[in-house]
Amino acid sequence: MLYSEKVMDHFTNPRNVGVIDDADGVGEVGNAKCGDIMKIYLKIENDIIVDVKFNTFGCGSAIASSSMATEMIKGRRVDEALELTNKAVVEALDGLPPAKVHCSVLAEEAVKKAIKDYYDKNGIEYDRSLFPDCGNCEHCHN
Amino acid sequence: MQVYADNAATTKMSKTAIEAMMPYMEGIYGNPSSLHSIGQEAAEALANARERVANCLGCEPKEIIFTSGGSEADNQAIVSAAKNGERKNKKHIISTAFEHHAVLHTLKKLEKQGFEITLLDVHENGLITAEEVKAAIRPDTCLVTVMYANNEIGTIQPISQIGAVCREMGVPFHTDAVQAAGHIKINVEEQNIDMLSLSAHKFHGPKGVGAMYVKKGIIIHNIIEGGAQERGKRGGTENIPAIMGMAAALEESCAKIDENTKKVSAMRDKLIEGLSKIPHSILNGDAKNRLPGNVNMCFEGIEGESLLLLLDMHGVCASSGSACTSGSLDPSHVLLAIGRPHEIAHGSLRLSICEANTDEEIDHIIEKVPQVVEYLRNMSPVWRDLTEGRKNYVIQ
Repeated sequence: MLYSEKVMDHFTNPRNVGVIDDADGVGEVGNAKCGDIMKIYLKIENDIIVDVKFNTFGCGSAIASSSMATEMIKGRRVDEALELTNKAVVEALDGLPPAKVHCSVLAEEAVKKAIKDYYDKNGIEYDRSLFPDCGNCEHCHN
Repeated sequence: MQVYADNAATTKMSKTAIEAMMPYMEGIYGNPSSLHSIGQEAAEALANARERVANCLGCEPKEIIFTSGGSEADNQAIVSAAKNGERKNKKHIISTAFEHHAVLHTLKKLEKQGFEITLLDVHENGLITAEEVKAAIRPDTCLVTVMYANNEIGTIQPISQIGAVCREMGVPFHTDAVQAAGHIKINVEEQNIDMLSLSAHKFHGPKGVGAMYVKKGIIIHNIIEGGAQERGKRGGTENIPAIMGMAAALEESCAKIDENTKKVSAMRDKLIEGLSKIPHSILNGDAKNRLPGNVNMCFEGIEGESLLLLLDMHGVCASSGSACTSGSLDPSHVLLAIGRPHEIAHGSLRLSICEANTDEEIDHIIEKVPQVVEYLRNMSPVWRDLTEGRKNYVIQ
């Protein structure tokens, strides 16, 4: 089997699929040319992520990574969610094949981008170095 | 219900093929190069298999060389023609942009060795014309290699016409017939084919065995050095059980070509009709000039690997040209060659059926694919952008 049971579980029963129309922060990463796009929506109240939804165009591991990442940040403080790493997503999924690790990177980036959007919309000061903007497909794919 | 619709990847072995192999694993296990009776029995079987394979292709037995499969045959045929050309200072080869990698990678290697390669563009319908081949031929062209039928989109090239053009211009013509052999009538003599590759496991024979037809007079160069097997052109003790299985499978497939084509192409057309009802979907490759069992479609807004995994859970075994299934960043070079943009090529589905499939199975596929496509579209941000008018559909 290509994927762990955890990956298959999150792929076939993805958590938090959907859209939040009045989201406080939205982050979209990836591009269709590369074959994966993730969009994460955050609802934030009193600095807590009270709801999170995602939409993903991509392979099984991209969908599973989005699902896992949203589960890992739901109910957390924003600054805690910012600490989510792709490595943590991979571990929580019981591993991803080497060629699929970039999917977890996308999940981490999507969460960060959504939080940055929330900060920007609300005029909250933040350390810009926490949000590197890569935009290079080859970077994660190789 | 589990439906196997990935026959272009490999096929289930036929009973005929399995039964043809058994005696050569149990009783007649000799080495055809041995002089004793057990060895000579194997040698007789080998000669018999060669004759039967030759009959299916319309050539002479001595024009058949058994190989480990289609890839080896492609490699050897192309490298041989290149070496023959080099001796006459001819170092130009013509092929197409959507060949199998066994051909494309061999050509890439030759390019590094100083050969000039012309890869003809493929039209959106997945076809090239003999006129285009003719126009590309130069005085220094030493080989034209064009696949008989494409492994992804199933389009069948005008091989007889290309063969005629090559014969007229005096250029050797090789065709990778891995997807065609056993499915389409082939006659190398009538079609002016000089070299041809085939693989047993694509027509219900065993894996790891194939054949190369080489017209007499064309010099073949070894890839595998060794003993005097295959007229000294391919070292290594012959895989007799597999060769016997291949001969039996090819004979059976060729005898049933008309019957199978009728049955399988009817199921194919039903599949195409059913799946074309999915909004924003498109058939890849010409609807008529295609293998009886090949259906290849793109669905906008989704990615192929997730489509395959979900279809598998719904009992449909299929294939895709998405990058995620190829292990590279780019989606199928075949879909790109016929002009599909990257984002569309990622959402492709190949269903390849055979005579063992049933109408009930086709109905099952027609029921499941739209459900899975819809499910994936509902969680796709690309689809949302399309339906909400932020992006324009590529597939109308």
